[in-house]
Amino acid sequence: MTATDENIQFHTIAILVNNEPGVLARVIGLFSGRGYNIESLTVAEVKHSESLSRITIVTSGTPMIIEQIKAQLERLIPVHRVSDLTVEGPFVKRELALVKVQGSGENRVESLRIADIFRARVVDSTNSSFVFEIVGDTGKLDAFVDLMAPLGLVDVARTGVAAIARGAAAL
Amino acid sequence: MAKKKLTGAEIFLRALKDQGVEVVFGYPGGVTLSLYDEIYKQNRLRHVLTRHEQAAVHAAEGYARSTGKPGVVLVTSGPGATNTVTGLTDALMDSIPVVCITGQVPTALIGNDAFQEADTTGITRSCTKHNNLVKDVDDLARVLHEAFYIATHGRPGPVVVDLPKDVVNARGVYVGPDKVRIKSYQPRVKGDIGLIDRAVKLMAGAKRPIIYAGGGVINAGPAASARLERLVHATGFPCTLTLMGLGALPASDKHFLGMLGMHGTYEANLAMHHCDVMLNVGARFDDRVTGKLDGFAPEAKKIHVDIDPSSINKNVLVDIAIVGDAGLVLEDMIKAWKPTPAKDTALKSWWKKIDGWRARKCLSYGNNGKLAKPQYILQRLQAEIKDRDVYVTTDVGQHQMWTAQYIHFEKPNRLMTSGGLGTMGYGLPAAVGVQIAHPEALVIVVTSEGSLQMNLQELATISQYRLPIKILLLNNGYMGMVRQWQELFYGKRYSESRYQGDPDFVKLAEAYGAMGLQAERPDEVDGLIKKMLAHDGAVLANLPIDPTENVFPMIAAGACHHEMILGPKEPDLAETGEDVVLA
Ligand SMILES: Cc1ncc(C[n+]2csc(CCOP(=O)(O)OP(=O)(O)O)c2C)c(N)n1
Ligand SMILES: [Mg+2]
Repeated sequence: MTATDENIQFHTIAILVNNEPGVLARVIGLFSGRGYNIESLTVAEVKHSESLSRITIVTSGTPMIIEQIKAQLERLIPVHRVSDLTVEGPFVKRELALVKVQGSGENRVESLRIADIFRARVVDSTNSSFVFEIVGDTGKLDAFVDLMAPLGLVDVARTGVAAIARGAAAL
Repeated sequence: MAKKKLTGAEIFLRALKDQGVEVVFGYPGGVTLSLYDEIYKQNRLRHVLTRHEQAAVHAAEGYARSTGKPGVVLVTSGPGATNTVTGLTDALMDSIPVVCITGQVPTALIGNDAFQEADTTGITRSCTKHNNLVKDVDDLARVLHEAFYIATHGRPGPVVVDLPKDVVNARGVYVGPDKVRIKSYQPRVKGDIGLIDRAVKLMAGAKRPIIYAGGGVINAGPAASARLERLVHATGFPCTLTLMGLGALPASDKHFLGMLGMHGTYEANLAMHHCDVMLNVGARFDDRVTGKLDGFAPEAKKIHVDIDPSSINKNVLVDIAIVGDAGLVLEDMIKAWKPTPAKDTALKSWWKKIDGWRARKCLSYGNNGKLAKPQYILQRLQAEIKDRDVYVTTDVGQHQMWTAQYIHFEKPNRLMTSGGLGTMGYGLPAAVGVQIAHPEALVIVVTSEGSLQMNLQELATISQYRLPIKILLLNNGYMGMVRQWQELFYGKRYSESRYQGDPDFVKLAEAYGAMGLQAERPDEVDGLIKKMLAHDGAVLANLPIDPTENVFPMIAAGACHHEMILGPKEPDLAETGEDVVLA
């Protein structure tokens, strides 16, 4: 199947895995070995008592590739559950970024003004710099970073996407 | 009362015993010495010493594929472990259950570039179904039992357990196999009945049906093959098999169209191309089978039965996908099938068409000349073994395809060949595993000089265990398959595909204590084969063959099923209306 631009879709996939050595390498190796894309990846333990971690991956591909990705992930032994949030109903998607801006005068004031509009918080400041903390979906963070670029943006750290389904149902 | 503690080595042997393991294929080294010492002391587990760790894995594969039981391998750390990579990849591609235990440097040294340290779990992560580094002796029994469970459940495959030296020497608690349950791995074996009903309805309405079955049927056990045969007979449908599926339906069955794919028969490939309903059981739409995807069975509604959900819609989008064990799904299909006399007429005209294709006799060949034709040799072999229960292994190349075409497999688990990976050097060590599993059986390796020399050292293993393996060497002096592609697609520029300086194979055989046979002329072939089969020890029979012989029919890579190249000695095909190219 040839992938044309039109049928490439972005999907957010949540994966519940055993928190054991090598599990992340298995997931990442699957993506690199089979040539799938990773747009974003986050992982952390979510249930200490059962030693379970949750991986959130944003990936892109044709519908057939997306189906393959899910089937391949499900095949990994330490994987308990794979959930394609994009198709399974509404979901919340959040990312956190720390954004460092250097500058003085008008630019400094302008960066604070924009931060206010985006509801970003100042978490560190010096005479010549701010570090903003901003939470939101990927698009909001992109927009914020773009606006900061001409105002002295020097450093960005982003967590990648964490996502969860809306409503009462759990993974 | 606290459980008695065992050493890691004792736990290892206890776990193997409780798993019913009778034999391991292996090679010792520094970090596995305690394990080998325990094997020596207990003197219960049979250990077969190969001459290379790659060969140990292939032997385990041969054992597994010919018995349906997992093959077990034991190797040392570093080079011992890295030498298994080809074998593990081979087992992964062909879904062969193998449990490979690799020694590892002591846990305290891991990551320090210690002597003979390799990141075995890292290296083998992508060539195993699963792997595990055991860091605590109390985990050892569980991890070993899990390894056997994973290797043999769902789609089978190789599992590596990496075992550091200090863990082997430490004392820990043993748990039995019944205590082991992997929460995150519960493969589905029973097919969805609703989908099976829909599939059977689709089949019942077919005018030009075909069943295309693969290695999954063999992996599902002999009962699955018996059910395939019953379904074929109940439906009256034609059936073709992949290389890995050969034997799942007896070759002598009149519904069998032969192997399909790149070197499949004319009738199998054309029936695939023209069918209106295709039932794929336990095959994975491999590119060597489908040819060009856009032109693959363009008019067919497709049903796919596979135990591995990731095989479904991977290469070919299907209309009905049934996840489950081939044997169980076939059983449900037979139950759901109701004979419909109305469609007999449609099926009759489909069979008439197929018989027309069959009449082309695509496997005929010209048989004159100074040198024997490989097809002739294999036909003679077939004639000699047809009433015996024979296990055949092959290497990779032209001889492999000729074996698939000219040797008739009547039962499952009788052909051991490297299908997915195409590993030259597979055949000889695989035969070691087969003969160990079936000491009384006739085991034949069909090979060529290139592949044979990739694991030639196993002649010593054969000698050590006095294995009466028969090696039929179809000697074309070339990487025949490479030569064929160079002839057909690279302007006859035979770049680096010619072997020179090969040994005197008769002397070589004798040096290893085997009987060496040499044929010079085609009229000696018959006698030589008889002599080979009559000898009660190992034989290496070197048969020079016509080096210009090619494997036909052939579908060039990226071509469609109806664009077959047939052999030069074929009758004129001009009036078939099929798009056939003559070589
Ligand atoms: C390990 C390995 N290396 C290279 C190849 C590529 N290859 C496929 S067939 C072939 C030639 C095999 O030659 P031989 O064993 O003499 O068999 P023949 O084709 O002559 O029957 C080669 C080199 C392979 N399949 N495996
Ligand atoms: Mg050759």
